[in-house]
Amino acid sequence: MPGIEITGLRFSFGGPAVLKGVDLRVDQGSLVTIFGPNGTGKTTLLKILAGLLRPSKGTVFIAGVDATRAPNSLRRLIGMISHQPYLYPQLTGRENLEFYARLYGLKDPRAKAGRMLEELKMTAAAESEVGTYSRGMQQRLAVARALLHDPRVLLLDEPFTGLDPQGREQLSGLLHGLRDGERTVIMTTHDLDEGLDLSDRVAILARGKVALDLPAAGLDHAAFRALYRETLGT
Amino acid sequence: MSTALRQAWTIARKDLRCELRAASGIITMVLLGFLVVLVFSFSLDPGTRDSALARSGVLWAAFLFPGLIAVGRSFEGEKEVQCLEGLLLCPVERTVIYLGKLISSAILALASGFLVLIFFTVLYNVGIGLPWLALLGVIVLVALGLSAVGTLSAAITVSVRARGALLTIIVLPLLVPLLIAAARCSVSLLGQDPWGGLSFWPIMMVAFDVIFLAVGVAIFDFVVE
Repeated sequence: MPGIEITGLRFSFGGPAVLKGVDLRVDQGSLVTIFGPNGTGKTTLLKILAGLLRPSKGTVFIAGVDATRAPNSLRRLIGMISHQPYLYPQLTGRENLEFYARLYGLKDPRAKAGRMLEELKMTAAAESEVGTYSRGMQQRLAVARALLHDPRVLLLDEPFTGLDPQGREQLSGLLHGLRDGERTVIMTTHDLDEGLDLSDRVAILARGKVALDLPAAGLDHAAFRALYRETLGT
Repeated sequence: MSTALRQAWTIARKDLRCELRAASGIITMVLLGFLVVLVFSFSLDPGTRDSALARSGVLWAAFLFPGLIAVGRSFEGEKEVQCLEGLLLCPVERTVIYLGKLISSAILALASGFLVLIFFTVLYNVGIGLPWLALLGVIVLVALGLSAVGTLSAAITVSVRARGALLTIIVLPLLVPLLIAAARCSVSLLGQDPWGGLSFWPIMMVAFDVIFLAVGVAIFDFVVE
């Protein structure tokens, strides 16, 4: 069973279609990065996968669940990390994680939040308000938030945005650590090198469709850059 | 407590904690209420100030403005800190989010209403007794109705640029029946014969609250989608 299967996906915000028939199959346990210029619908695609938007046409199956028909059971399967951390600045790191743990219906939310903070080496900052965190710390806490319920699918929407080189390195290390062979990951990013290094497969979204989808193995940075430009016609 | 109610309370508690720590919203609400009570006390001559009609008008004006701020905050707060999507990603029914937001805005409106009532009681020399407690009960009903209508409207207007103005334009006409009933109750409770003029107005307020709560629960899912 594929981790994610998207067939003939179309979406419009009311005007011209943003997605014009996206087909993509992602094997369970693999990491696929979707590249593409701004406005090609990468974020829209991830929001559809997360159940935040409903497609105009097409089907989306995530771990065998129809994403358009069973949004609540779908949400239990998904963790999402965006460039917005979805954290409340007035709450402490621990309070933020406890809040989400309760909404996910996890047993002993306090202990779960504590374990996640320990795993991500954030115990020292646990009692500080998130508004006082650096962007890198917020993004680490966002990773903890997304992993609280041990999701089978992880959606990463430009997770490196706004991070300094040290923050990027830390997040990259964290994402490497998430590769357990079970969890399926879809990531969007503008950073061709970073995305290629992390991925099993790479896809390029252009003109509302998946214009290219191939294994990352064997592709070096220069070759991929050339392929990217060629696919976009730039 | 059922899972849905427990989750709704989790959302409400989070909202209240955020509002208490940010403080500015609550301070604005309470000061605005106090200001209305104070300004009217300057402008009304002593004879008019003692009339139940004038007192009733002052009380509801002083309650309504902070109350509108409270319901406006319910979704604006999420939007400000870019957490609305994070909340919608959680595996909870949309109705639970509505109930959570309703509870937090009702508690905020009620808390500011209570403080305004105390200030109003002192400044307008209102006697404390059973009618005063009944007046507090009327404030509870108005806070619930305002939150039921306001939370739903706040969700509708959350993505609009001029959401504050639009929220007021949507909410105030819908609140007219509730405000008429509340004003009739308070005129009676602040007058010479507190219980004589209540008539069916409290029942109308309860009916308003129940109807709009049911409407909110029924259509919130559609509004969010």
